Amino acid sequence: MSKMTNIMALNGNEAIAEAMKQINPDVVASYPITPQTIIVERFSEFVSDGLVDTEFLAAESEHSAMSSCIGAAAAGGRTMTATSSQGFALMLEMLYIASSMRLPIVMAVANRALSGPINIHCDHSDSMSGRDSGWIQIYSENVQEAYDNIIQAIRISENKDVRLPVMVCMDGFTTSHCVERVEILDETSVKNFVGEYEMHNSLLDIEHPVTYGPIALQDYYFEHKRQLLDAMDHAITVIENTSEEFEKLSGRKYGLVEAYNMDEAEIAIIVIGSTAGTVKSFIDGSGNNKLGLLKIRSFRPFPIKEITNKLKNCRAVAVLDRALSPGSLGGPLFTEVRSAFYDEQTKPIILSYIYGLGGRDTTTNMISQVYQDLESTIKTGKTGKLVNYLGLRGE
Amino acid sequence: MVRLKEIAGSEEMLGCGHRLCTGCAEPIIVRQILHATENPVVISNATGCLEVATTIYPYSAWKVPWIHSAFENAAATMSGVESAYKALKRTGKISKNIDFIVFAGDGGTYDIGLQSLSGALERGHRLLYVCLDNEAYMNTGIQRSSSTPKGAWTTTSPVGKKVVGKAENKKDIIAIVLAHSVKYVAQAAPSHWMDLMTKVQKALKVDGPSYINVMSPCPRGWRNEPEDSIKLSRLAVETCYWPLYEVENGIWKLNYKPKKKPLEEYFRLQKRFAHLLLPENKPLFDEIQRLVDERWESLLKKVSL
Amino acid sequence: MIKKGWRDLPKGGLILSAGNAIEYKTGNWRKEIPVIDLQKCNNCMICWIFCPEGTISVIDGKVTGIVMSHCKGCGICAAECPTKVIEMKMETNE
Repeated sequence: MSKMTNIMALNGNEAIAEAMKQINPDVVASYPITPQTIIVERFSEFVSDGLVDTEFLAAESEHSAMSSCIGAAAAGGRTMTATSSQGFALMLEMLYIASSMRLPIVMAVANRALSGPINIHCDHSDSMSGRDSGWIQIYSENVQEAYDNIIQAIRISENKDVRLPVMVCMDGFTTSHCVERVEILDETSVKNFVGEYEMHNSLLDIEHPVTYGPIALQDYYFEHKRQLLDAMDHAITVIENTSEEFEKLSGRKYGLVEAYNMDEAEIAIIVIGSTAGTVKSFIDGSGNNKLGLLKIRSFRPFPIKEITNKLKNCRAVAVLDRALSPGSLGGPLFTEVRSAFYDEQTKPIILSYIYGLGGRDTTTNMISQVYQDLESTIKTGKTGKLVNYLGLRGE
Repeated sequence: MVRLKEIAGSEEMLGCGHRLCTGCAEPIIVRQILHATENPVVISNATGCLEVATTIYPYSAWKVPWIHSAFENAAATMSGVESAYKALKRTGKISKNIDFIVFAGDGGTYDIGLQSLSGALERGHRLLYVCLDNEAYMNTGIQRSSSTPKGAWTTTSPVGKKVVGKAENKKDIIAIVLAHSVKYVAQAAPSHWMDLMTKVQKALKVDGPSYINVMSPCPRGWRNEPEDSIKLSRLAVETCYWPLYEVENGIWKLNYKPKKKPLEEYFRLQKRFAHLLLPENKPLFDEIQRLVDERWESLLKKVSL
Repeated sequence: MIKKGWRDLPKGGLILSAGNAIEYKTGNWRKEIPVIDLQKCNNCMICWIFCPEGTISVIDGKVTGIVMSHCKGCGICAAECPTKVIEMKMETNE
């Protein structure tokens, strides 16, 4: 446990800005969009007060913000940015390009619903739409996790076996705007943890001119993409190793997933983000050791082994998705969990629950209903309704 | 002052082996520009002919650091490079003087790249933005852009029974750039290499953004003979279709005042304008000549102030 | 060039050998080749500044010839030469 910890009352945006201040990156590109705007507002205050050495680039759109990040990272600068929702969608083209160039950019995403209709509140449709972009996706349950994840993300992205950009996601408004008690590490510890940035193939290395972003035709494109998959595979181990190191520094344990009350659980909920907190609250209140929670922290790379391992004694599980994949069966997390179990000898019954779209509140009553549904499938042996909607009127 | 005999034979920063068309003016312009530089350079290149033909994996014709990320963001990408440079210089990790040059076509500048250009100019990054203006989206097969002049044939403004070539006028990109209080803005042409190279040297001395619009004849898109590319550039200047001027700290200066030749001489060598020389299109041709004349007169007024 | 497998390529699609495009010989594009009368050439360097390929060979301030491996035969040098000492000729195998 670190000796010098400062307890602060911060919301997710402020905590991330604080982490960024301690990291002191070379370049931060910014563009306002609710609900992440406070990150860049707070950071620009640090810039104006001379508390960081960062070159602050106020881009004229999120597409340009990510384009500038690509230029800055290729030029050998430690680069960070933040966005949400429509901004994420606007820069989507560039996300693919950033990962293909293997640039270690770290981006905070305050998850917000994608239009339309326009909605500024939380769901995971934004980052889910980028799940094929080649970025590592780490999700945070609360403000502490958001702060801790940003710091670890720097190490994960810059690891020589990975060198992929990382997005650290937190629930818009629920985490980004709600003040929580946060343990802030001392600046020296953070700087030692992230270390000095090592430049690789920098555009500013004039002696060794490099070409970034050539056209690769039918004879090479496939090989370049395969390389990217290899980096993503390495990320599994790197995320775990980084968590172990971070635990030594902070005393807080992380991994690819978090198993809560799973030792004797027969039924479990699988979920990403702040709703995991709601589930934990319900489980604690119930005092029932048969109810478990598996929280997914790393969605990309998808932790197949962790999931099948931690849920192997469960008879029924509910996968909660805060995003849609219209035309597919259930939500994106459900599809991937189901696929993870395909080759297993014993599989639990797996149900899909779409919840919380556009910031729809998810209550402990709804969680209670989910567990009841799971219990019922075990009792009756019947799956019942495969795809369900929590708190939706008219269903 | 650029002395050809002093620089001739010096190392090519854009080497041979690129696959730009025979007689394409873009590599001529790029070679002239790079030979005018004094400091090491980093290049940001928008998607387009130059980018594609010079970097077909695993080959690159560039012997200087070079980045292409996407089509509309060459200026934004370079903004990031320049910002990292500032940060690294400030923290003492880099000490060399480096210049930053952006290459983009008219599509990547006048149209899809306009926002990114505007942002970079407004933020005041120290970079030279060069638009290689061949007046259409050439790499995708000669489609009209907002830089395509009135009456020109392109595949998306073809010459038909109802509409004869592009109906709209060419956008005034220099006016747009000047609206950003850019300290050095100029128009140049590869035929007048000394003028172009001098302008590059002036532009690179600005501690902030600078912009040069360079006309770039395209044998494929303009349907001219490859050996006429420089001749065409010269005719464009001589007919006052493409005036050579600069605006330095708001002061307009004409770099060359030709004995104005008739526009037909410029049009005759390019099939994209062939229909304008037919008798039935004389009213349209006259209108285009009038637009060129008005633009020229307006320029003369600005330089005399 | 033997095409490498994905494990052997530099990461990120980067090309690390600057200027290696020279290995791609564009000389076989041309139908005509410029022939320079080096005796009459006054080394004004106009052909050099107008060449799209950079294939006018210049050593110690003197034009020495054309880089045959890469000249595309566009004819600009011949068209622009002020003293008309360059002629475009149909290329034969001699």
